[in-house]
Amino acid sequence: MRPFDYQRADSRDHAGQLTAGEHAQAIAGGTNLLDLMKLQVETPQTLVDINRLGHREIEDRDDGGMWIGALATNTETAVHPRVRSDYPVLARAILAGATQQLRNRATTGGNLCQRTRCYYFTNIDQPCNKREPGSGCGAIEGIAKLHAVLGASSQCIATYPGDMAVAMSALDAQVEIAGADGGTRTVPVRDFHRLPGDTPWKDNVLEPGDLITGVTLPPPVKGRQLYRKVRERSSYAFALCSVAAIVAMDGDTIARADLAFGGLAHKPWHDPEVGQVLIGQKPGADLFNRAADVLLRDARGYGENDFKIPLARRTLAAVLAEATGVEL
Amino acid sequence: MSAHLKQDAPVTDNRLDDMKQGVLGTATSRVEGLLKVTGTAPYAAEYPIDGCAEGVLVTSTIAKGEVTAIDEDSVLSMPGVIAVIDHPSLTARPAQGTAGEAPAQPARKVGYFGQPVAVVVAESFEQARDAAKQLKVTYRADDDVAFDPEAVDAEAQDGATSQGDLAHAMKEASASVDVTYRTEGHSSAAMEPHAAIAQWDGDTLTVHASLQMLNYNISELADSLGLDEGKVRLIARYVGGGFGSKLGISEETVAASVAAMRLDRPVRVVMSRQQVLQCIMRRSETRQRFRLAAGADGKLTGFGHEARVSNLPGESFAEPVLQSSHFLYAGENRELSMEVARIHRMTAGSVRAPGEAVGMPALECAMDMLAEELALDPVELRLRNIPEKHPASGLPFSSHKLAECLQQGAEAFGWDSGPRTPRHTREGEWWIGTGMASAARVHNVGEAKARVTLKADGTALVETDMTDIGTGTYTILAQLVGEMLGLPIDDVLVELGDTRHPRGPGSGGSWGAASIGSAAYLACKALRETLAERAGMTETDLALRDGGVVGGASLEELLNGETLVEEGHYEPGDVTDDYTAAGYGAFFARVRVNRFTGETRMEHMLGAFGFGRVLNTRTARSQCIGGMTWSIGAALTEAMLFDPVDGHLANCDLAEYHVPVNRDVPDLDVLFVEERDGVASPIQAKGIGELGMCGGAGAIANAIYNACGARVLDFPMTPDRVLAAMPD
Repeated sequence: MRPFDYQRADSRDHAGQLTAGEHAQAIAGGTNLLDLMKLQVETPQTLVDINRLGHREIEDRDDGGMWIGALATNTETAVHPRVRSDYPVLARAILAGATQQLRNRATTGGNLCQRTRCYYFTNIDQPCNKREPGSGCGAIEGIAKLHAVLGASSQCIATYPGDMAVAMSALDAQVEIAGADGGTRTVPVRDFHRLPGDTPWKDNVLEPGDLITGVTLPPPVKGRQLYRKVRERSSYAFALCSVAAIVAMDGDTIARADLAFGGLAHKPWHDPEVGQVLIGQKPGADLFNRAADVLLRDARGYGENDFKIPLARRTLAAVLAEATGVEL
Repeated sequence: MSAHLKQDAPVTDNRLDDMKQGVLGTATSRVEGLLKVTGTAPYAAEYPIDGCAEGVLVTSTIAKGEVTAIDEDSVLSMPGVIAVIDHPSLTARPAQGTAGEAPAQPARKVGYFGQPVAVVVAESFEQARDAAKQLKVTYRADDDVAFDPEAVDAEAQDGATSQGDLAHAMKEASASVDVTYRTEGHSSAAMEPHAAIAQWDGDTLTVHASLQMLNYNISELADSLGLDEGKVRLIARYVGGGFGSKLGISEETVAASVAAMRLDRPVRVVMSRQQVLQCIMRRSETRQRFRLAAGADGKLTGFGHEARVSNLPGESFAEPVLQSSHFLYAGENRELSMEVARIHRMTAGSVRAPGEAVGMPALECAMDMLAEELALDPVELRLRNIPEKHPASGLPFSSHKLAECLQQGAEAFGWDSGPRTPRHTREGEWWIGTGMASAARVHNVGEAKARVTLKADGTALVETDMTDIGTGTYTILAQLVGEMLGLPIDDVLVELGDTRHPRGPGSGGSWGAASIGSAAYLACKALRETLAERAGMTETDLALRDGGVVGGASLEELLNGETLVEEGHYEPGDVTDDYTAAGYGAFFARVRVNRFTGETRMEHMLGAFGFGRVLNTRTARSQCIGGMTWSIGAALTEAMLFDPVDGHLANCDLAEYHVPVNRDVPDLDVLFVEERDGVASPIQAKGIGELGMCGGAGAIANAIYNACGARVLDFPMTPDRVLAAMPD
């Protein structure tokens, strides 16, 4: 850990001013940031504590949707009665992540901003284009079991590690961001995280001074909501592959299929064409395979993570079978 | 006064069974439990010492070569930084268990990525940690560096067995198996990181450290520093897990000592979690080929076990995966051999149950395959192949409860001995199956001394430098001494973990309880002789309970104001060479395997064990369920992942090195099979701790096969491997 200044923001504008500097970073729960600071992966000169800004509310919206404040903890969100009843995919995704102790500290905004767990990113003795632009990617020729099979680049094959945002992507939630200029903008969760491309150090669309104030969930929709996380141990492990699914039937055909995937890419992976394959069709093994063909049409493994491609196909089939009541 | 026994013959009088206090062998709670759960039992780094400076190790960024320059000026101007210590005494590797001499020096010579090369000392931990990261170190890196144990020629190890003609036996066999298993490296991953606080008064060095074997550690540290052993005192009263990683001293203990001596002030060095995983002993990965040949009667005619393991150049330790294979099963034609590949990963050494922890699971998978070939119940196959004596040396077994463990375990588990076909049971997405395995672990004992003082007030004090690494040593010694002297355990104070006390064996190889227990037993027996004399009876007639002779005088009256002191001294003798002694057991597991994702979840596991006298059923059970939890880790989750390019350990924290979490561990049942083994020790006890993982991962692997038909040949059996082996 490098020495740093600590500042407490007492208003949103104040926080925006404090975090606008190049070497300033906001801290909420700190469950990811403090670990990275200890490892000197993150070396902010100023930490801006935003915990007193409010934004902790979890409320109903007039349109029937919900508002999850940026500083609501993961535990508060996961146990909220309405989240549990109307957005169970979100509650399940949150509970599939981390540990109870971490979820008690972790916040909505912090969770959206958590950084990859790529072994090369978290070790400053190793090359990593995300941490140190131009230093190379250690994972491509190295230990890549956790890494991306969709949307990676020659610069970076890291994955987004979270679960909550995968469910939010399936739900088509919207992230509200207060800019340093005092304005507010809304970005769909599906567009919030970026693919690595040639700028892998940019995880998401936030600019200096931006602050997430909360996430809006659209009005609940009919259908079964599932979150399936495949991992190497049954808790406290990152996803090899995860699927968030909201699937509704109309008689014996699929009427809705909102799907998002974790563990496969640098962002929660949402591909509208996967849902389009399914909608209006009778569920069954062939259909699920066709959906997986679309999902994985550009998939590429890096040796160690080749298994993720068939695993994603199988996990998608398992989730769709459960959601549609089909026996495979 | 001292009571010495060099054990040249079995001790079968089972005297502890005659005692009247009724405290030994009960489910007594840990005597130090309250201190631990309330956070008041101080661990090595927690002693409040005035003026203590903080040291942080600097670790290498190359795998092989040499430090050519350390630019002290790059950090000396940073706030709080006191010194950069780069001294020839700094050690490059941990000491192997029972080494008793300095490990490799100097630290400037680099043998693996992440090796400590220097220590930065500052006023605060944060300052030292930052400076350690900023320190500019220049290296000369060697090009000829191998990381892959399969990519180099290996050295044959001594101790191979070649008997009869195995190739011929394989050819003639009614059923045979020729299969190669692989296991990945394991980390001990103890909860308490390696830590030391060193204090130097200009003459004597006192070190609070987290160590398992002070009797050897004091020699290792003194030798590393060029000090006389008499000028060193080591203290390790509470140790938060060792699992082999604290058998020998590690780099932090030497670094703290060197820094304290050079700076003339106390210095604390605590490894970070990453350093613990990168610098501390690993269990070697293994490749193991089995050739098993059997006749139609299910009796083994041939037994082959050939293994490759790895270590750094210059290390004598080689993961002894053949250890129990030498004697567990019959078969007159035998080939057992091992080779070591020299590679530049961190030092390979003892990690819990070295050898059998990975040798037994692989063997037990091969046995499962043989049972399938023979269409024989796997329990029955084992029962038919228990030899009457050591199949190579011909030595008798001391006491052997494998058959009882198999039979009692099978019954308690509800084992179905009928035909076994994979995929017999499905619940939704999950295939459900069962598997079993034998357990075996060689029995070890070591020289041990303990002093027992019977005070005039009728209470007792036990002193030894033996450690309690979470296993229950404090408690079993209080029970044993209480039992012998007729005292409730509250009247027995046990002081451990200080080299000022008589030297014990330390904790390792599951030898602690039997060894130090025997020393305490000998001391108590001598005390009983004196008490019997005073009571006017023979020692064998002396019945002591609740602080006095049953129906007679109290201890206080017998002592009449005097304090009695005896030092018990136990030494293994000829009996060790005359018998083959081991603990045995059997594991039964039920698992579910997801037919889509290849994930395995434990449903139930039962272990039945025979390890001689059980001193405390609660701590013994805890040892067993701890071992079985390691079995789950070895079977399903634990693997050290090494980068193929520079050899560094990639998954070096507990988020990424996957020890099992609570949710991975189902209810574990433990069944003790009654046994007294007079060869094993004068108290008829054998080692417990490690046996619980010596084969258990094999039972789980066999259950995976029985559940879904995937015969995975690589441990751990992660979802990708299960899926790759799963039939369509």
